Amino acid sequence: MNSVANFAKWEVVIGLETHAQLRTQSKIFSGSSIAFGAAPNAQASAVDIALPGVLPVLNREAVVCAIKFGLAVGGTVAPRSIFARKNYFYPDLPKAYQISQFELPVVVGGSLDVSVGAGAESRLSTAEPLHRREAVLRETPVPPPSKHIRLTRAHLEEDAGKSLHEDFHGKTGIDLNRAGTPLLEIVTEPDMRSTAEAVAYAKALHALVRWIGICDGNMAEGSFRCDANVSVRPFGQAEFGTRREIKNLNSFRFMQQAIDYEIAWQIAEIEDGRKITQATVLFDPDTGETRSMRSKEDAHDYRYFPDPDLLPLDISPEWVAEIGAQMPELPQAMQARFCAQHELSAYDAACLTASPELAAYYENTVREAGIAQAKICANWVMGELSARLSRDETDIAQSPVSPLMLASIVRRIADQTISNKIAKEIFDALWQGEGADADTVIDARGLRQISDVGAIEALVEEVLAANQKSVEEFRAGKEKAFNALVGQAMKATKGKANPQQVTDLLRKKLSA
Amino acid sequence: MKQMHTASLAELSAALHAKQFSAVELAQFFLSRTEKFDGDLNAFISTDADKTLAMARAADERIARGEAGALTGIPVAYKDLFCVDGWRATCGSRILENFVAPYDAHVVAQLNAAGMVTLGKLNMDEFAMGSSNENSYYGAVKNPWDLSRVPGGSSGGTAAVVAARLAPVALGTDTGGSIRQPAAFCGLTGLKPTYGRVSRYGMVAYASSLDQASPMAKSAEDCALLLTAMTGFDARDSTSLQRETEDFSARLNEPLKGLRIGLPREYFADGLDDDVRLAIESALTELRALGAITVEVTLPNAALSLPAYYVIAPAEASSNLSRFDGVRYGYRAPEYKDLNDMYAKTRAQGFGEEVKRRILMGTYVLSHGYYDAFYLKAQKIRRLIANDFRAAFEQCDVIVGPTTPTVAFPLGDKTDDPVQMYLADIYTISSNLAGLPAMSIPCGVGQHDMPVGLQIIGPWFSESKMLNVAHQYQQASDWHTRLPEMAR
Repeated sequence: MNSVANFAKWEVVIGLETHAQLRTQSKIFSGSSIAFGAAPNAQASAVDIALPGVLPVLNREAVVCAIKFGLAVGGTVAPRSIFARKNYFYPDLPKAYQISQFELPVVVGGSLDVSVGAGAESRLSTAEPLHRREAVLRETPVPPPSKHIRLTRAHLEEDAGKSLHEDFHGKTGIDLNRAGTPLLEIVTEPDMRSTAEAVAYAKALHALVRWIGICDGNMAEGSFRCDANVSVRPFGQAEFGTRREIKNLNSFRFMQQAIDYEIAWQIAEIEDGRKITQATVLFDPDTGETRSMRSKEDAHDYRYFPDPDLLPLDISPEWVAEIGAQMPELPQAMQARFCAQHELSAYDAACLTASPELAAYYENTVREAGIAQAKICANWVMGELSARLSRDETDIAQSPVSPLMLASIVRRIADQTISNKIAKEIFDALWQGEGADADTVIDARGLRQISDVGAIEALVEEVLAANQKSVEEFRAGKEKAFNALVGQAMKATKGKANPQQVTDLLRKKLSA
Repeated sequence: MKQMHTASLAELSAALHAKQFSAVELAQFFLSRTEKFDGDLNAFISTDADKTLAMARAADERIARGEAGALTGIPVAYKDLFCVDGWRATCGSRILENFVAPYDAHVVAQLNAAGMVTLGKLNMDEFAMGSSNENSYYGAVKNPWDLSRVPGGSSGGTAAVVAARLAPVALGTDTGGSIRQPAAFCGLTGLKPTYGRVSRYGMVAYASSLDQASPMAKSAEDCALLLTAMTGFDARDSTSLQRETEDFSARLNEPLKGLRIGLPREYFADGLDDDVRLAIESALTELRALGAITVEVTLPNAALSLPAYYVIAPAEASSNLSRFDGVRYGYRAPEYKDLNDMYAKTRAQGFGEEVKRRILMGTYVLSHGYYDAFYLKAQKIRRLIANDFRAAFEQCDVIVGPTTPTVAFPLGDKTDDPVQMYLADIYTISSNLAGLPAMSIPCGVGQHDMPVGLQIIGPWFSESKMLNVAHQYQQASDWHTRLPEMAR
């Protein structure tokens, strides 16, 4: 790679095609299961292995998923779309054609607004632990810029099987369990202008398909994978440069690395006086490089034509309306509601809507604790809970501390029964399975906060008498000494003294 | 009663119920006729007496239990593109020579449920591509009326076994005339149902938007009985139509008085042999005598049906036949260098010449830059042809004309000239393009004493009416009872 490539001169243009595996019970054109991890070919029926004489029958549930997606991105659900055959020979493509949609896809248009910036591209993603992202964002308080990305289309299609090149002594094994798995291919306009925008879009899309429940988003199992079309052009040029398509990016990190590499490579090529030729490339995570798989010359002619085995897919406005009525509240609407009703910041609202599970957890906590405590609930969910989940590598669904338990802690903080510090101790206890709620732990451990004025006064007197040195230092102007005195008071009560009362009283006594 | 081989299905059923003979005896009778005559005809690709007799025994038990229906114990044979569990389904091709179907086609399952007894699997033009049954890896089928002539195709074996009375009834398919043209050439009654009437599940596809399973029988009456058992909605075929089941025998005896018969000008123009014309005209005289009136109609785009068909059918076939790639089942070339070489050699060795020709044509018309000029245009023509019929049916109840321009031609006559061969289907193809039901019935003899077929085309779902016309004609004529030498 040419290390002196002049990035400032070049504008990057990226479009993404994403394959989201749909969460149906069975395959898109057969009754076989699509569960991951079965023995090879255990989930391949007569239809899946393309025996002579078999026919496809469309899975209604896959269409429901497509309609949900169309509604979620504000696209048009086509009243009539057509399944077409994409013809090519490959051993793991049993019919030697893939049933897809070509001229008339099920969803047309739509868009996604995504936030791009340091850490903020993750706002709709669960890829980074929340507490870490929160930290990043607090250091960069400027709201991240929002990018509007238009979608061209989304269409239904079937997946191919898998070719297994290892373990067969020079031969290739074919596993057709995946053949016929329903996919929604989501295609953007070439609207992205940087790797960061592309990754931000992919993360936002990933969060959205999970949010509306049409895809489990499991990238390691291939449930969500992207192809990136990348080109560069001099700033100010109207025409696009020649693009190369990076295939099968199955992690956000690889996407970032692959596009970054590809951009630098293309700029270097052009600056060295070479032309980019249209090609399909693969990213090698080991070398961090992209390499050409096939050029345009040996590109397939897929000979698309409408599949005569399937009728046109007609979707009535009534069907769309029926599904629309069952749609969950979308993240953006939920964020607006959190800001308005819970008086959360836009940032908090975005964090809490990273996943439907997280949002539900938060909402359930607020429901129990009371809407006045929403901010405290938000802080706990994004802070302690998120950190603990990530430390223990646990899913929120498996959290030992339920929303009910967390709400019991929040209520005791709010009514000053406990301090924040004690609250963390209680959270720990509940996390370890000790007690049913905050109150049982408080009682069992005797953690009730000391807020009795007389008791606090006696405590303060005691501390002042025992720490004359600190008192003198404070009076000499050392503010630090004051903190030491507070610390002593808290220590003496094992943290149970109301810190605000202690502070106030100490100030009062010292200034007397 | 008549002899087993000339009896109608109703007569056979009555005899079985009356215990005049058993289903086993009936099956044995046809198996022994097959043993005797099929060496000359080459109509069967697979027979399996053990399987056949086991089914016959089961039918006898069912009759004994009093649970039998109208078709229980009646033998039937299937064109070799129907999947029958445990039987080979070669499609007349080398590429599926050793393919044993692991499941029953929907229509086979229906007939099995009715208690019919499978006699075997029938020879055919490879993947149903042909009009003479000379395109079979398993050799040409001979016409029982004249062993030097073709039986027609692609359901040549289907026609030959019924004509020679090696089976009382048989199943074929019709994509461009593949049941009607052999029916005409062999003096039989064959009916292609409205597209969507019969499930295509388990029927190896040639051209998916045109294929229909079709009964081949000695008479309209038998045809109606079999069709009734074949039809019905099947959720496994998305093009199967959700309609109430119909008894196609119910209207056979309605009088024809006032029936309006449309005669398409284009079907009586140049290219029609005089002997065929003569037979058709005398049949029309007979139909008028039965009370029908004839009106001239026009199908202006009829001439475009052949070129449109030879774009659409090969296009679909090129894709449908891609699955025969040597990877999962069927023939694989014994030696190859790499994957592409394996595909190329397997398909070059596994497919015959006509199949390769149509795959090439289909691949060409679907190719980038040609799609609009060929495939899309052909689909538009297809709609025009359907519109022509719609307009014609405003003036008539059924359309009648010749099934074929000539009688059965000698073996080898057209094998060097594909276009001449394609012209054998000139009158039959348009009803497939329009999805209409159409049938052929024997209506006389032409040159060399060979049978002539009369074609009846009806509006969508008018099978009952067509069968009524055919049955009334057969009540007034005896062409359908004429037998070739080997069946006398």
